[in-house]
Amino acid sequence: MQDLTDLYQSVILDHNRRPRNYKVLPAANRVGSGNNPMCGDQITVYVQLDGDRLTDVSFQGSGCAISQASASLMTLNLKGKTVAEAEAIYANLHRMVTTGKVDEDNLSDLAALAGVHQFPARIKCATLSWHAALNAAKGDEKPVTTEKPGD
Amino acid sequence: MNNAWKNLRADFPILNQKVNGKPLVYLDNAATSQKPQCVIDALTHYYRKDNANVHRGIHALSLRATTGYESARERAAKYLNATEPGEIVFTAGTTDSINLVANAWGDENLKKSDVILLTEMEHHSNLVPWQLLARRTGAKLRYLPIVAGDTGLLDLAQLAKVLTPEVKVFAFTHVSNTLGVINPAAELCTAAKKVGALTVIDAAQSAGHMPLDVRALGCDFLAVSGHKMCGPTGVGLLYGRKVLLDAMPPYRGGGSMISNVEYFESKWAPAPAKFEAGTPNIADVIAFARAMDYLNDLGREAIAQHDEKLAALAYAGLKAEVPGIRILGPAHHRSGVVSFDLKGVHAHDVVTMADQEGIALRGGHHCNQPLMKKLGLSSTSRASFYLYNTETEIDRLVKALQKISKFFAS
Repeated sequence: MQDLTDLYQSVILDHNRRPRNYKVLPAANRVGSGNNPMCGDQITVYVQLDGDRLTDVSFQGSGCAISQASASLMTLNLKGKTVAEAEAIYANLHRMVTTGKVDEDNLSDLAALAGVHQFPARIKCATLSWHAALNAAKGDEKPVTTEKPGD
Repeated sequence: MNNAWKNLRADFPILNQKVNGKPLVYLDNAATSQKPQCVIDALTHYYRKDNANVHRGIHALSLRATTGYESARERAAKYLNATEPGEIVFTAGTTDSINLVANAWGDENLKKSDVILLTEMEHHSNLVPWQLLARRTGAKLRYLPIVAGDTGLLDLAQLAKVLTPEVKVFAFTHVSNTLGVINPAAELCTAAKKVGALTVIDAAQSAGHMPLDVRALGCDFLAVSGHKMCGPTGVGLLYGRKVLLDAMPPYRGGGSMISNVEYFESKWAPAPAKFEAGTPNIADVIAFARAMDYLNDLGREAIAQHDEKLAALAYAGLKAEVPGIRILGPAHHRSGVVSFDLKGVHAHDVVTMADQEGIALRGGHHCNQPLMKKLGLSSTSRASFYLYNTETEIDRLVKALQKISKFFAS
């Protein structure tokens, strides 16, 4: 199961089992939600936005290991970042999960998600929480989906 | 089992391949079945030799196409033991068939004070068309519940309570695509008849898997998909009692469904042509009938026994060997569908890992969202069996799930 150990790295299994910041954030002033109806993945993301800085991020929801681990890793990686920085981190992540290319200059625990690119059907799982969080941070709290017709 | 079962896997060329380096184990038959070479040949033969439009044709090819198409209707009628071929309407599949009834019969016959009775285990295809009909007519939806717990059996003790004289139509699935439950269809039809309700059976999961006799069942309508029973995609049928089909208005207008057309009004052709507007799906209908012949050759009772044997093996094997597994549906007398939840592991992770072992499963809500919610699940993994699956493949399924369960527990 070489490919699978790429997909389900120990970091992912750990975050799936013990998701970080899995809670409602009472101080949140932005709440985003994501829903992939084909998958059944559902997520709510709480953002405490101070000016243009995400001072705290949390989530709750249900879904596969990839979606849960990605959301958990997201809360750790976005906390304390400005909206622009958050968008840059997501741009890197998106490139990584679609192409497999890891940004060697900005290595982080997010590299654990690199294996996703070998499983195109699962990319939407990894990106759902990020879409919800970034949209909410930018003031768009409408529910998002990362499913396309044909998924 | 007769001689047709010998070397049966060789009839299905698609099975002979490796997926992710392992021999393919195809266990997604409740979604769609594979096609035997004879069905593929029927399709290519039609396009290579006989292709022409049906009906009103004078030339040789058109006659051949028409003969093939109408012969398919005769064989379909025999397959279901309908009274006459005129009781078979070819459609795009089960969903299309149910929509036909809900529109053509429903719009004409339902009013605000009426009730549409369904069960809690219906596939979206036997749920949403009725919701749309309820919205159009103001009729109310009502549900026969399933019993508490995981057996998924219908709560027949509640039947008298929900099947009241306001119920004008009772639509239910013969075999659940999620639970593997085989419903007592004849008993439900008898009960419906007593209160004057029509019955619509969703036979998508049963038509290719067991003997089916519409007259013994006593149903008014029955919907079937070709692709789940060795036939092509995009074709299916609606059985309807002739007197009902004759009384129903058309659902779609166009060529072939008329007897006379004027600029301002038209007269309809008799059923079933009335419901087959436009050029039909000729090639797929012909190949669909070939699939029915194939299943008859194997023996449908033998297919049912084979399914049940594999399902029992899978149920017992998974329960005994895979820690933390929750299996839905009854332990005995079930169809070849086994859905399960692996504690702490999402169905899509199960399916992705099984795929790496060459095993094709399905994960998700199986077009059964309200049922999932009721069972407290967002999704399950499902293994579904058919005539070409083997005991060795069930072993591989059980071993793969042991491995997956261990992987996520570590």
